[in-house]
Amino acid sequence: MSTASARASGRRTRRRPEDVAGLGKAGAGTFMTPALALIGLFLIFPALWTIYLGMTDYRLTGLAAADPSFVGVENYTQILADPEFWNSLRLTLIFVLVSGVLGQTLLGFSVAWSLRRLPRWAKGIVETLVLAAWVVPTSVGSFLWLALLDRRDGTLNWLLDTPGMAWLIEYPMASIIIFNIWVGTAFSMLLFSSALGAVPPSQMESARMAGSSTWQQLRDVVIPNIRGHILTNTLLITLWTFNTFTPYLLTAGGPNGASEILPVYIYRTAIPGGQLGVGAAISLLMLLINLVIALVYMRIGRGRKA
Amino acid sequence: MRRKTAAGAVAGMTIAALTLAACSGGDDGGGDGDSGTLTIVTNAISGGKNEAEADWINEWVIPQFEQAMADEGQDVTVEFEAQGVDDEDYKTKIALDLQSGGGADIIGIDGIWVGEFAEAGYINPLEEVGGDAVTDWEGWEQIPDAVQNGLSFNDQVYGVPQGADGRVLYYNKELFAQAGLPEDWQPTSWEEVLEASRALAGIEGVIPIQLNAGTAMGEATTMQGLLPMLAGTGAEVYSGDQWIGATDEMREVLDLYRTIYVDEGLGDAVLQQEASGRDTSFSLFAEGEIGILLEGDYFWRSVVDPEVGTAPMENRDEVVGYTMIPAQTPGSGVNGQDFVSMSGGTGRVLNPNSDNPELAWELLAFMNSAEAYEARAEYGGLNISPRTDVNETLLEGNDMLTFISDEVLPITTYRPGLAAYPEVSVALQEATAAVVGGTSVDEALTGYSDSVAGIVGEENVNNG
Repeated sequence: MSTASARASGRRTRRRPEDVAGLGKAGAGTFMTPALALIGLFLIFPALWTIYLGMTDYRLTGLAAADPSFVGVENYTQILADPEFWNSLRLTLIFVLVSGVLGQTLLGFSVAWSLRRLPRWAKGIVETLVLAAWVVPTSVGSFLWLALLDRRDGTLNWLLDTPGMAWLIEYPMASIIIFNIWVGTAFSMLLFSSALGAVPPSQMESARMAGSSTWQQLRDVVIPNIRGHILTNTLLITLWTFNTFTPYLLTAGGPNGASEILPVYIYRTAIPGGQLGVGAAISLLMLLINLVIALVYMRIGRGRKA
Repeated sequence: MRRKTAAGAVAGMTIAALTLAACSGGDDGGGDGDSGTLTIVTNAISGGKNEAEADWINEWVIPQFEQAMADEGQDVTVEFEAQGVDDEDYKTKIALDLQSGGGADIIGIDGIWVGEFAEAGYINPLEEVGGDAVTDWEGWEQIPDAVQNGLSFNDQVYGVPQGADGRVLYYNKELFAQAGLPEDWQPTSWEEVLEASRALAGIEGVIPIQLNAGTAMGEATTMQGLLPMLAGTGAEVYSGDQWIGATDEMREVLDLYRTIYVDEGLGDAVLQQEASGRDTSFSLFAEGEIGILLEGDYFWRSVVDPEVGTAPMENRDEVVGYTMIPAQTPGSGVNGQDFVSMSGGTGRVLNPNSDNPELAWELLAFMNSAEAYEARAEYGGLNISPRTDVNETLLEGNDMLTFISDEVLPITTYRPGLAAYPEVSVALQEATAAVVGGTSVDEALTGYSDSVAGIVGEENVNNG
């Protein structure tokens, strides 16, 4: 919010009585307590606990499970020196950029854009189909994809006449990227559908009258009007994609770590690998990366409004 | 929200585990000694993994035990928590159960987990949990010391072993006949196994040999792949207080992997990298598409068994051959042996968090009575029992198990019962994964030796 608007709103509130609801400090506090307790219990405490765990050598079994010892930043130095972590971070960034930011956003927008002039019934059919991917539980969806990509009896090999092609082994990253686009495009489509509906028809009409091409209409009329939606959409998709665990169901991070994005890396370190302390430390790093992403977007958003 | 972060999941799970640990001391019913509820968990489920064991528990153990208790005037209910998942997932589940102070009263575990579970304080020596009745149990006399060791750690018995097993080479006799190989096959060196594989390579659509490799299969890679081969070179994974590192023997084993999967393409390297590669290799063998497969007797009794198998072969007895695993060359195996094998064993432990530990022991003893093993045999898929009195009658007429018991067990080797073993095992799996994936043997060997040094310390690694 810019300083000007802050001042404006400040002036407005000053005219009102301090205690709008008339509850008094104690009363308001009582109303807030349950919510604060829940936030504390389910958000703040786990976060603090993760920080603590990340500084121990806590494990699933063995001596360190019975009596974890404090190791300070050792977990972090170990992780940062581990090429597997950097590989995983690199894969995650590729995954987020290609499947989330580019794939879901562009495809979602394209579908929404091409739907806008279709008759209502046709639009309904396409939307239902796209939404189906979103509504199907991911465990079921990934099972369908396993059947599609299977090396021996897979549908894709039958369609392309490529017998014996092990898609998930040969192209693990491409497979989970396309899978994630399939899963998540519906959200962008819906969001952009409603955004496009809000573009003033008069502006579009004038652009067309002036003889501008589709590309010019998009650039000069549509995008400036829906910039806020684009930003929200990209922020949400980036964070979701960054944190999604679903690709594990397809490739389990394999082969040999070729599709081991960060959530999968954390899972494999902490649960089957038994290193709960190290897992907590990576989780915290991931949390920090998430915060940075969110802050960057918020900054862009603020800059836009100013 | 459908998308959940693994970070959140890990933190949440840990919180849940710790919160539970703080406020519960076992939540499986409550008893006053005369009545109670007992639960059993093992990785067995009707219609899936280890089906015969699950059916036996459901149909025989539970009703018989409840009846026996009722006859004594005790009202006991027994519940079975069936599981049918990968061994690694099962281990995680029961470790989390035990860590949170919960879990079933009787828990089926792999003998190799005893060390790390005991160190974590999840399980206690059996006599400590079950009391004097454990010491006085008649069954101990029937279970040889070597078998009891399977569920021991630091000279203390933590559970009742479920028997012994052994590894052999399985081969498909029909494919052998097609390739002009003898149906009654006993190779005496690695080279002879490779020769047979080369002959099988001539048959269209057949994978000559699968030697378990890679991380996707977990412990199966170590136990049914690398370790028997290592034993064939005369080395063991742990000897003289040191873990094996980048030695000549390790190099020879990795060279063998390279020959099979990369240089000669006798095995299917892609299969070893698939997330469900082991199950796929089972079904391919059952369909007659794999020539030679190294597996434990589990494969015979629970996978290709015509009735209770997960990949049943109707004509198993005619088609599937089994033979001892040869050392690299005659006499080159551990202790100068011509043939080698690896053995492990599973068992059942009592949960120290149990509300009714003494009652739970009664059930565990009941499950390990001679009578129970005889009943177990009727459900098929029987393994070699830990009890000598039972084996004398039951193994008679079962050629496969008699073969394991008479020929394989005398020459077998065991994994070290040390808490670091599971991590070293993962390093071994990663080394094979690297070689099968095309990395050079030298590089894989260095990577392996570095990982092991990271786990147990440089000074505890034998680099030859």
